[in-house]
Amino acid sequence: MSAMRHLLSMADLDRDEIEQILNLTESFAEVSERQIPKVPALRGKTIAWLFYEDSTRTRLSFETAAKRLSADSMNFSVGSSSVKKGESLRDTVQTISAMGVDGIVVRHKGAGAPQRITQWTDACVVNAGDGWHQHPTQSLLDLYTATRHLGSLEGRRIAIIGDIKHSRVARSNAIGFATMGAEVTFVAPQTLLPPSLEGWPVKVTHDIDEVIDDLDICYLLRMQVERQEQAVVPTLREFHEEYGLTTARASRLRDDALIMHPGPMNRGVEIAGEVADRPNAVITEQVTNGIAVRMAVLYLLLGSGLDLVDEREHVA
Amino acid sequence: MAHEILERNHGAADLMIVGLQTGGVDLAQRLADDIREIEGSEIPVGSLDATMHRDDFGLRPVMPEAITEIPGDPTGQVIVLVDDVLYTGRTVRAALDAIHSYGRPQAIQLAVMVDRGHRELPIRPDFVGKNLPTRRDELVDVHDDGVDLGDVS
Repeated sequence: MSAMRHLLSMADLDRDEIEQILNLTESFAEVSERQIPKVPALRGKTIAWLFYEDSTRTRLSFETAAKRLSADSMNFSVGSSSVKKGESLRDTVQTISAMGVDGIVVRHKGAGAPQRITQWTDACVVNAGDGWHQHPTQSLLDLYTATRHLGSLEGRRIAIIGDIKHSRVARSNAIGFATMGAEVTFVAPQTLLPPSLEGWPVKVTHDIDEVIDDLDICYLLRMQVERQEQAVVPTLREFHEEYGLTTARASRLRDDALIMHPGPMNRGVEIAGEVADRPNAVITEQVTNGIAVRMAVLYLLLGSGLDLVDEREHVA
Repeated sequence: MAHEILERNHGAADLMIVGLQTGGVDLAQRLADDIREIEGSEIPVGSLDATMHRDDFGLRPVMPEAITEIPGDPTGQVIVLVDDVLYTGRTVRAALDAIHSYGRPQAIQLAVMVDRGHRELPIRPDFVGKNLPTRRDELVDVHDDGVDLGDVS
């Protein structure tokens, strides 16, 4: 088993490592179902939350995960801290490290910021989203949710649909699902695709109707409505007709195909309101699984001691 | 041992058998089978992985082995914890903690196939298959046909 130090990008994980995390997630999903869903595994460990970008669900999910592992939290609110006074990321990280933290969970608008942080601290760093680059725990929870329903992802077909260009979820999942053997297709208009996809393990199409019939997973991205002003799509209604999972398209999906979305949803834009509530839409399950996945990641980095040599002589 | 458990608890009512991962799981199932044969009644059997409650984090790699399955709410039940070998008692301590996050049992009893001594905590089994004096550097292996005693090296 590997002794992972940080979780920065899905590209750092091979198939065995992903499988290890997904297996561990199952143990933590069980913990979450207990009457008292808390274990003392990270007692005495301190985790700092360094969120330079708005986040409600990811942050709540991480905090819940940490609490269920009995870790202590160090809250760092960018809006009311010395960052406002112009403190650099490096100084902030070093200050927090000097207070004695074991883990830093970071969200930052700059791609690669978590990677930089690892150079300034001894703590384990978890990327909770950096710019348009990566959001590995989202990808892991999506992989976990998908495998729970589909078993092995080998040869499974997933389409990731919508605003690929601005989406770290799309980038993380393209790598994550491809690593697990799935066939990944990006579906988007040219304006919502990154300038180059060279070297990416994905197919690309502009026509959702071309792929919809034989998908195993239909993964919709949040249309970043605030980007509407940049005129990347003509109108939201038109986007819905062209690229959204409309009621008509949802009915063309196979019965066992999963509908997934990282949230928050724009009902009526990337997904028809009614479709999000169908039985094969696993969107709320993704949220639930997010906690267990983040428990697994935090435990693996901070508690498992996989970097230690196993000296036990006997299990009794 | 099944007879002993039934005698102590005046029958199988409110009993729940829980095997500790990994050595106790099969034994728990066998005990439950024996009890069913004697009493004619089905009793709930589960398995428990107490890894997350251990006290040696940071001393060695600690990874859970399996998913815990507690069959129903243990509140008010008599839980018989089952393990193959009782040694330092630390796993049992972890298991006692773990059980309480599922509910508050009426009582918890401990059944082990082999008690090899060297306890490091005030823990004592209720039912013992065999007391086996050992050295700390010896290995005890319990399987279907009996018990092996070997050297670590």
